[in-house]
Amino acid sequence: MNEVTPWSDVIDYLVKATGESLYMMGISTLVAVLLGIPLGVWLQVTAPGGLRPHPFVHRILGFVVDLGRAMPFIILLVVLTWLTRFIAGQSIGPSAAIVPLSIGTVPFVGRLVQNVLAEVHVSVVEAAVTTGSGTLRIVRSVLLRESLPALINAIGVTVIAVLGYSAMAGVIGGGGLGDLAIRLGYQSFDNRVLWSTVAVLAVLTTLLQFVFTRIARTVDRRRHASV
Amino acid sequence: MITVENLTKSFSGRTGAVVALDGVTLEVAAGTVCGVVGPSGSGKSTLARCVALLERPDSGAIRVDGTDLVSLGGSALRAARRQIGVVPQGDSLLRQRTAAGNVALPLESAGVPGPQRRTRVGELLDLVGLTDKAGSYPDQLSGGQRQRIAVARALAANPSVLLADEPTSALDPETTGSVLTVLDRARAELGVTVLVVTHDMGVVRRICDDVAVLDHGRVIEHGKVLDLVADAGSRTSGSLLPSVDQNPEAESKYDRVADVVLVGFAAVGALLPEAASRFGVELGLLGGGLTRLGETPVARFRVGLTGERSDSALEWISEAGAAVQRKPKGPQGVAA
Repeated sequence: MNEVTPWSDVIDYLVKATGESLYMMGISTLVAVLLGIPLGVWLQVTAPGGLRPHPFVHRILGFVVDLGRAMPFIILLVVLTWLTRFIAGQSIGPSAAIVPLSIGTVPFVGRLVQNVLAEVHVSVVEAAVTTGSGTLRIVRSVLLRESLPALINAIGVTVIAVLGYSAMAGVIGGGGLGDLAIRLGYQSFDNRVLWSTVAVLAVLTTLLQFVFTRIARTVDRRRHASV
Repeated sequence: MITVENLTKSFSGRTGAVVALDGVTLEVAAGTVCGVVGPSGSGKSTLARCVALLERPDSGAIRVDGTDLVSLGGSALRAARRQIGVVPQGDSLLRQRTAAGNVALPLESAGVPGPQRRTRVGELLDLVGLTDKAGSYPDQLSGGQRQRIAVARALAANPSVLLADEPTSALDPETTGSVLTVLDRARAELGVTVLVVTHDMGVVRRICDDVAVLDHGRVIEHGKVLDLVADAGSRTSGSLLPSVDQNPEAESKYDRVADVVLVGFAAVGALLPEAASRFGVELGLLGGGLTRLGETPVARFRVGLTGERSDSALEWISEAGAAVQRKPKGPQGVAA
């Protein structure tokens, strides 16, 4: 039994799966960014030479972050079932997949954000310190504000990474494009489904990258951006 | 007015502790400009960072109008930082903010409300002559303009002391002038006390009333620039006055050789000929020249005198207000 799925069905599948993927990607990225930015700020502020250097806190945070990043997402997906049931009220489906997706992405965003903030030049930060600004104000109006273009690029990288991760959500019935490609494409020997799904993913990724690059460039006030 | 009392600071390096400041004491009177100069590694950067309250000294005090700021912490430290405006070394403007936005930063952290903030930013941009650049971003400004914005920002919260750390090190001579003019205006129009840390004696020459020379973490010379140039042995006079080429052959033709430093003389040219005719001596110029320290004309000449009353002539020049330093005659001229 190896019939080719008719195009009308393929399109229906693709629309549904794209919706699921975007849903998982959007919410997970939002959560990961909302938690990851403070984490990255904390990492950078406590780093040696940071605004409030604290070697102990910095090392512990760094260890936890790297541990989180070392954990393969597919493992996280099954290990966190108990937490998923607690937060999402269910352990299967796209909403359930959002929980491990978000949690797996937070440390990733944390490191990205820390690296971005570390690029703000020391003399710029110190100038703000000498104006009598407090740590929170400096974080907000100097560190985050100065690195806004780079932060937006980092979020773009994150969105695409999450879209990739979400391909594994099929393991817990999350659906989405990855699941469609594997189950109805690869495992059903249906190349039409498989490759059209891959094509949609490619278009989505390219589009997302374009949009984020565009926004980052728009908010950048430095010279190389305006030329 | 700012006083630095017996400041010490050392850093632990790979080869043991490095003493950056070894009992530095400075006093800068209100409304004056003091230059801190010295070779690299002399401790001037550390001194600047301590005065900017970015680095805590090991001991000693930094007093602004009498209050010691060294031991403060928390909100008291932040309030103290507003009393000292800082132009940090290097590019320090926020590149994502306009010139006006940069100047407004200290006012925001001081909690100045919007309308007043805009007025104040306008005044400061006017002071540094960049009103038309209010909406420009730092990357659209030249190095000198950026540095003037940094000065405006440092002055925003009405500090009583302005500290500039190598404000001209990245600039060409022409733009340096515009930045120094702005520092001088800050003193003249706002009455702030200015401390300029620099490796460039040209800065001292143009705007400083006082100078402190740092070496190996110690102040080896400190005083009014015009007093120090009259002191032939001082480093300041060596680096600010017109140089005199050694010319033993020419010097040996005279009975007496002396260096004459004239500070603030409008008629520098008249004094020496008058001495010559008064005492009937032959007076020749062997070297030196005229220069200007701030607004003050200053001259150093090496003169040679021949005649019986040469000593009296030198005495008379000295009484007229010039600093006279007699030179020992070269070996060939020494009588046994």
